[in-house]
Amino acid sequence: MVKSGKSLVTIAIIVGAVAVAFAYTAGWLSPDRITPEKLVAVVQPPGGPALGHRRNHAKGICFTGDFEANGQGAELSTAPMFVRGQYPVVGRFNIAGGDPNVPYAKAQARGFGIRIATPDGQEWRSAMLDAPFFAAPTPQAFYQFLTAAGSKDPDAVKEYASVHPEIMTFIGWVKGHARNESWAEDRFNSLNSFIFTDASGKQHAVRWSYVPAAQAVALTPEELAGRSPNFLDEDITQRVAAGPQKWDLMITIANPGDPTADPTKAWPEDRRTVDVGTLTVKQIEPEADGPCRDLNYDPTVLPSGITTSDDPFPSARSAAYAVSYDRRTAESADYPRTTTGGK
Amino acid sequence: MATNRTRFAPLQRVFHWLMALCILAMLFIGVGMVSTVTTKYLALVSIHKPLGITILVLALIRLSLRLYYGAPALPADLPEPMKLAAKLSHTVFYALMIAMPLLGWAMLSAAEYPVVLYGGLHLPPLVSVNPELHTMLWDAHFYLAFVFFALILLHLGAALFHKWVRRDGVFEAMAPGLAPDRPE
Repeated sequence: MVKSGKSLVTIAIIVGAVAVAFAYTAGWLSPDRITPEKLVAVVQPPGGPALGHRRNHAKGICFTGDFEANGQGAELSTAPMFVRGQYPVVGRFNIAGGDPNVPYAKAQARGFGIRIATPDGQEWRSAMLDAPFFAAPTPQAFYQFLTAAGSKDPDAVKEYASVHPEIMTFIGWVKGHARNESWAEDRFNSLNSFIFTDASGKQHAVRWSYVPAAQAVALTPEELAGRSPNFLDEDITQRVAAGPQKWDLMITIANPGDPTADPTKAWPEDRRTVDVGTLTVKQIEPEADGPCRDLNYDPTVLPSGITTSDDPFPSARSAAYAVSYDRRTAESADYPRTTTGGK
Repeated sequence: MATNRTRFAPLQRVFHWLMALCILAMLFIGVGMVSTVTTKYLALVSIHKPLGITILVLALIRLSLRLYYGAPALPADLPEPMKLAAKLSHTVFYALMIAMPLLGWAMLSAAEYPVVLYGGLHLPPLVSVNPELHTMLWDAHFYLAFVFFALILLHLGAALFHKWVRRDGVFEAMAPGLAPDRPE
């Protein structure tokens, strides 16, 4: 009996050790670990999340169209959407922030999600910003900044900025950048770097931008304040109804030594860029029934020939976007579709 | 199905221990990946998907082996509730080994994610895109993972109980090693 008593204790210790290892791996013993849920929670509006909507960039509108590759991208990457030809696109114009009812005039930054699909089932998804650089150098710093920005302590952002002075450059951009009258006039930037692999196996660190064909017309602060709450939706719907809107996809190639892991650091203007094709937006659809509604613009959904780089953000974004997606799809009853059978 | 063997067939034992390793790794990877926003997230996800499909293939082969070779009889003096628990847990294990990868695959399909394995190998969608279905599949995949892990802990405890407390040959039936069947 003594021996079996000892054995039972040994068994309990072994089983318990496996359970503890599991709990540790799950982060249950590490309250400071930044989980995807925490990163999502920190972008919520004070009143809580808008159920059924994206947790960030909650306000936006769907578009469809195509990407016409001119073949120049094949020099940089074997991605199938760089082979000369036309590929269908489902995208989404949006603004930063977790509130789907905020007036567009109050947007701090505008965004743009795109999925280019090729007939072999491959996809290139990307979510971009109109900012020329990002707010924080790492996901951990971004989390700290958002925590500081949402804090009641009036000095929290100042304290963050003392460690991360680059945030002041971003805040300066948010406050001071010209607001164009239309998404069709905005340039959208990947900010994160990725690796293109060409047919010879050579790797190129790149960032990319969608550069609008339409001439930018900046609104004065007074004009902006006078626009209707949904003016960007109204504008893009009218423009696209009148004629397709175009952007060129420009790939910027890093020079050796350029910072690829830190999206707060823009690369110098003189870096080589390659125009690889043209995005044509042909139709606008409201999000509630639109094709972008249930699409996650996870920037790590990449075709062969494109991979993530040492930039830590795509991984963090993928983790957080998945949480946002899982939550909003579970709440779809809270964000009703307006037509039956609409997708 | 019935067999006079006192141990599982060597091939069954190989599959058991190989899959034990894969499944335990899979559960740790799964629970670890959803806990982090570091680059470990992507690295773990990129193992989770192909490993899941590997487990599915192994589980189907293993089920065939089980149907072909059967299982050694449990000790006659094992109390009926324990016999029932043993048999039931085996059934649930097989169900989970096959269902979990299918749920994961279907969950990605319902969410309109491409399902990419090693080397850009694409799997076709298992179900059509459907957010409501995605939620059900996601919940099932998530919660069943904890059921799976709890069952493994129970299985581990029971196996060691057979080995050290009852010493009834049940552990030896699946133990690694090439020792021949014990004479009855």
